[in-house]
Amino acid sequence: MSISTYNGAAIIAMSGKDCVAIGCDLRLGIQNQTLATDFKKVYKIHDRLYLGLAGLATDALTLNQRFQFKHNMYKLREERNMKPATFAHMVSKTLYEKRFGPYFVEPVIAGIDDDGTPYITGMDSLGAMETSKDFMVAGTAPNSLWGVCESFYRPNLGADDLFETISQCLLSGVDRDALSGWGAVVYVIAKDKSFVRTLKGRMD
Amino acid sequence: MAESAYSFSLTTFSPSGKLVQIEHALNAVNQGATSLGIKARDGVVIATEKKLPSVLVDKDSVKKIVQLTPEIGVIYSGMGPDSRILVRKARKAAQTYFMTYNERIPVAQLVREVATVMQEFTQSGGVRPFGVSLLIAGYDSHGPQLYQADPSGTFFAWKASAIGKNMTDAKEFLEKRYAEDMLLEDAIGAALLTLKEGFEGAMDEDNIEVGIVGKDHEFRCLSKSEIKDYLEEIL
Repeated sequence: MSISTYNGAAIIAMSGKDCVAIGCDLRLGIQNQTLATDFKKVYKIHDRLYLGLAGLATDALTLNQRFQFKHNMYKLREERNMKPATFAHMVSKTLYEKRFGPYFVEPVIAGIDDDGTPYITGMDSLGAMETSKDFMVAGTAPNSLWGVCESFYRPNLGADDLFETISQCLLSGVDRDALSGWGAVVYVIAKDKSFVRTLKGRMD
Repeated sequence: MAESAYSFSLTTFSPSGKLVQIEHALNAVNQGATSLGIKARDGVVIATEKKLPSVLVDKDSVKKIVQLTPEIGVIYSGMGPDSRILVRKARKAAQTYFMTYNERIPVAQLVREVATVMQEFTQSGGVRPFGVSLLIAGYDSHGPQLYQADPSGTFFAWKASAIGKNMTDAKEFLEKRYAEDMLLEDAIGAALLTLKEGFEGAMDEDNIEVGIVGKDHEFRCLSKSEIKDYLEEIL
């Protein structure tokens, strides 16, 4: 049994035209037993930056607290929010500091810069970053998520179309995975309008 | 350190509430060579007198302006060896910031780091305060910036400032010369003129140093021939 598939998770981030979206499923389980169907795996860092943490839920919660702390300290020091790329490097460094006893999480970061430029990136549990122009996935259903993303994704989508695309990808992707699903939540971040919507999914 | 009988801080309050060690440190600064800086609309210039103990010293081996990051440079007045400690710590802080965020450290953050070190040396045991004041010039995403940090650990952002010998006269001169819409080229001229005011002997490209940072965000020292050209222009 792998510890990174203990609780189950599915996360997708997608970039559009001056907007990004990030979504996750809502299941929390212990192996095949479902414990909760309202467990969000995407955390808000600030209005234009969200962090998704797939993998071991306990580590994800702890890491989220550490990053909230670090971002709060940064804001007090520098009197500004972190840029997405800056935050991503900080996450990467934080994970690599635990190179030989890692947090069992796969982070996905989605945000927009001050000028609206989208930024999405993902990394492994040691912090090896992979920045993508189109989409990034993580969790226990990576293969099916990659597949649907590759076929549904189109570049330069507007916020509403991007929401539709990422939602369909997420719902279809988790259908092929027993450890994730049970509803989903999607955050769309754009310069002028950002929104969050909870999706109903198959509950079996 | 802690086990030493002398590991208490030497900087202690006098009954009147002053920290005389810090005032002595400031005196050491005020005996040092004059340094000054001017912030222009499109850059910053810092300049200093390069005073050597003997004509036998190889002038080219002495560098008073040093770079902390590609876009930040620093100049000191006071004790040279003390400044090197601060430069080393500042460079390390800048690199640590870059390692963490993959982004160049903002000038204000680096100044705060250096000033924190200076403050620690006024309160820690077994050490004495630094005998230097620093002028830190940089150009980051917040624009051109000029900061001064003193032995006590206080720091301020300036439009123009001077430290070291004749700093009062130099500051008065700068107050008259400074204009809000100054460009870097004008500021270099004004810096050299201010330096010339209190200069003992003839000022030439061998006995001053000038550092600039402009819109390209690249801090650099002016070469001797560049300094010579500017000197000919203003004289």
